[in-house]
Amino acid sequence: MKRTIVVTVLIIFCFLLQSTVFHAVAFGGIVPNLLIVLAASFGFMRGEKTGLVIGFFCGLLMDIFFGEVIGFYALLYMYAGYANGKFNHIFFPEDVKLPIALIICSDFCYSLVCYVLMFLMRTRFHFGHYFLYVILPEIVYTIVVTIFLYPVILWINRKLEDSEKRSAKKFV
Amino acid sequence: MSPIIKKKGEKFTLPSKYLLFILTILCAGAIILTFNTNIFSGSLNTVVGYVIVPFQRGVSSVGSWLSNRSAELVQIRDLLSENAQLRKQVDELSIENAVLQQDRYELTNLRELYDLDSQYEGYDKVGARIIAKDAGNWFHSFVIDKGEEDGIAVDMNVIAGSGLVGRIVDVGPNWAKVTTIIADNSNVSGKVLATSDYLMVSGDLELYAGGVIAFNKLVDSQERVVEGDKIVTSNISDKYLPNILIGYISTINVDANNITKSGLLTPAVDFEHLEEVLVITQLKQVQEMAETAWRAE
Repeated sequence: MKRTIVVTVLIIFCFLLQSTVFHAVAFGGIVPNLLIVLAASFGFMRGEKTGLVIGFFCGLLMDIFFGEVIGFYALLYMYAGYANGKFNHIFFPEDVKLPIALIICSDFCYSLVCYVLMFLMRTRFHFGHYFLYVILPEIVYTIVVTIFLYPVILWINRKLEDSEKRSAKKFV
Repeated sequence: MSPIIKKKGEKFTLPSKYLLFILTILCAGAIILTFNTNIFSGSLNTVVGYVIVPFQRGVSSVGSWLSNRSAELVQIRDLLSENAQLRKQVDELSIENAVLQQDRYELTNLRELYDLDSQYEGYDKVGARIIAKDAGNWFHSFVIDKGEEDGIAVDMNVIAGSGLVGRIVDVGPNWAKVTTIIADNSNVSGKVLATSDYLMVSGDLELYAGGVIAFNKLVDSQERVVEGDKIVTSNISDKYLPNILIGYISTINVDANNITKSGLLTPAVDFEHLEEVLVITQLKQVQEMAETAWRAE
């Protein structure tokens, strides 16, 4: 219950940041993708199921406000969360290389699918241009933000796990 | 034994791959449903209207307040030096003003000629503030703080200052989503004001970095359209009201088929620094007119 509330607040907070504040500090009109950081990090911290549920709701929020159809971004973010959940068994909180690598990979795959489905399908063939001016800046910016955001997510997750353990002990 | 069958005394949990499968089907279904209809938009838009939009409104107003204050501090220093410069400019401008007033007579004449004035300024408009911009980097859409409760409806035209910004594509109780004409998935039917030749204006992400958007399908057999010509919305568009300024032609090329022309145009609106927009509350009402015509029969 506590976890649901905290994660909901976190999703809304990241969405708000991404759609309002970050536009004010965007370099070259590119905003970082906080929601993918959220979906991916909960994926590898908590497992496939948490990842896919959080990804689903992140994407749904994107769909309602900025999507052409309901369900497209939800699907993308959900698979990102699920795929990251596959790495749960090799994840250790002390190691920072794996999360960074996974988030880079997730953001790249997400952008690539976005490009293929929404641009390539409409005969926009200049992948080089889109890669250089949209995908790459987004990844770099996302990673910079991840360096600050990821410890916060990690800390929140640890606090939640601690409090869950404590309440579990109380009932036994 | 199947993992989803509940054992006695064990808490029921759905394995993640089944959940993934179910949600995938759900999303696919939703995509297909919402591609042609807007079956969910009513309820979902209302929910987010009360959960998310108040925050967006708060955050963006705090953000703009902060950026205004910080800008003020920076400006004070600049203002002093600017003041001296401006005094010099006042002299220059008063001379220019005299020239411009002459031009204005010409403009009024031209406006009368094109009958632009009465149509453009006679529309009822509602001012709205932009509270959120597209959270992705692929398209250019934004959310404004006026919705159904303020009389906003889908397909209303949005303008800012001098030109066309886009149109409303989705509306909630207290918010509305605007797709801009520079978005890669947007097309507007326009015409060249001087010659009344029709063309299509399409947004393009690739070109937008250069501050221009593309136009194509311009049939100009008499070679009368030149660079710098004004492009306005056409009267054959079924979503956009006629004669709203879109921009100015910056380059023209003849297409490979030798019949049509395409090129680039500079939008009249500065999309980078949009904060407030005006929504024209008059629809082009193609639907209703068709209905009344049908009833009259």
